[in-house]
Amino acid sequence: MNVTIVDYNSGNISSVINSFKEVAKDKVNIEVTSDLNKIKSSDKIVLPGQGSFKNCVDALNSIDGLSDTLNELVINDKKPLLGICVGLQMFADIGYEETETKGLGWISGKVSKIDNQNGKFKLPHIGWNQINIVKDSKIFKDIENNSHMYFVHSYEFIPEDKKVISATTDYSSNIVCSVEKENIFGMQFHPEKSDMMGLKIISNFINL
Amino acid sequence: MLKNRIIPCLDVKNGRVVKGINFIDLKDAGDPVEQAKIYSDGGADEICFLDITASNENRDTIYNVVEKTSKRCFVPLTVGGGVRSVADINKLLNCGADKVSINTAAVENSKVISDSSKKFGSQCIVVAIDAKKNGDKWEVFTHGGRNNSGIDALEYAKQMEENGAGELLVTSMDRDGTQVGYDIDLMSKISSKVNIPVIASGGVGNLDHLVDGIKLGKASAVLAASIFHYGKHSVKEAKEYLDSKGIPVRI
Repeated sequence: MNVTIVDYNSGNISSVINSFKEVAKDKVNIEVTSDLNKIKSSDKIVLPGQGSFKNCVDALNSIDGLSDTLNELVINDKKPLLGICVGLQMFADIGYEETETKGLGWISGKVSKIDNQNGKFKLPHIGWNQINIVKDSKIFKDIENNSHMYFVHSYEFIPEDKKVISATTDYSSNIVCSVEKENIFGMQFHPEKSDMMGLKIISNFINL
Repeated sequence: MLKNRIIPCLDVKNGRVVKGINFIDLKDAGDPVEQAKIYSDGGADEICFLDITASNENRDTIYNVVEKTSKRCFVPLTVGGGVRSVADINKLLNCGADKVSINTAAVENSKVISDSSKKFGSQCIVVAIDAKKNGDKWEVFTHGGRNNSGIDALEYAKQMEENGAGELLVTSMDRDGTQVGYDIDLMSKISSKVNIPVIASGGVGNLDHLVDGIKLGKASAVLAASIFHYGKHSVKEAKEYLDSKGIPVRI
């Protein structure tokens, strides 16, 4: 099996690469690339993303044919894809970080700044928070409810259809931290930095 | 609920741990990778390396250490010490650091902070503030505490937040190494001044100091070095103690 981590200059992805390689050992081939042909031949796709929504979308669009290729694989071919952090946020129709920016539109909704109740809560939301699993999902196999995951973000994805939400976390408000729509999976937290529980999620994705 | 973080810090010189955990079963007590692994297995919420390598020719040793550590520890790794430029930050992130802490370079040229936070995202940019009390205010020191910039630490903290820092690592130079506790006044004043998380550092001698740093100093995270070294306290003990005092921690 081939799992491709899409390398589109979206910031620091070395931790994502390390964690997938740790889980995959020698059984699964982990490819890190922006080469469209390699992406097309992969069985599963990982879409990381750090920095701002706008930066990530711009970076994705600056690679000719990348967003079309991803659309084809994810929407037509139904290949499993895992979006991490801004990788998840880009599923939305629109994001409001820096300036209004169009997303991939895979899951209807918007990405807005977390309401920190006039400074009562610090932003970014950094650190370990518990996830409340609200959907029976293969990605959370053997993950206990209320497990701790590592977060670092100031913006949140607000999907229109609440049925896509698979987990939430409590901060200044109830924040969507995991979504699932058919073959599309997204995590707002960083499984690659969430110690053993995070590695388990990565393993669950690889074994889908 | 978001948990308060405990961050053990390891001083690394020429690729070797200077102060470290004195466990007899360690194969190599000076190996930062092994020590970081012990901390992360023990429940450390993040790991911090402070590179205190003095000579330029040995500066590359830290990259090697970071690369090896990031392949074995799957909690966030912050690296600081001698970070001068956006290129330095890029190199550390590529080696597997999740955050980079910047001290002197941020004072000398705040553009390093605004440029790097734009390029890599503010989540990986930590501004380290070494502050020393002078009268009724605190001043920012650079070059490992050798030079006084004369800059007011509170104003500077606010300015760094505006420049794009994602977190502030605040060290009281008056308390560092004394083991008498954090400078609570400094921590709480900075934490109230900014809207980004503050990591308290400098002066921890016992577990109550960690409690004070969070409860009184309003820090989101507490960094400590010596209490975790030489087996005085484990991270697990620290977390259980904080938990018993009603502080939310990841156990």
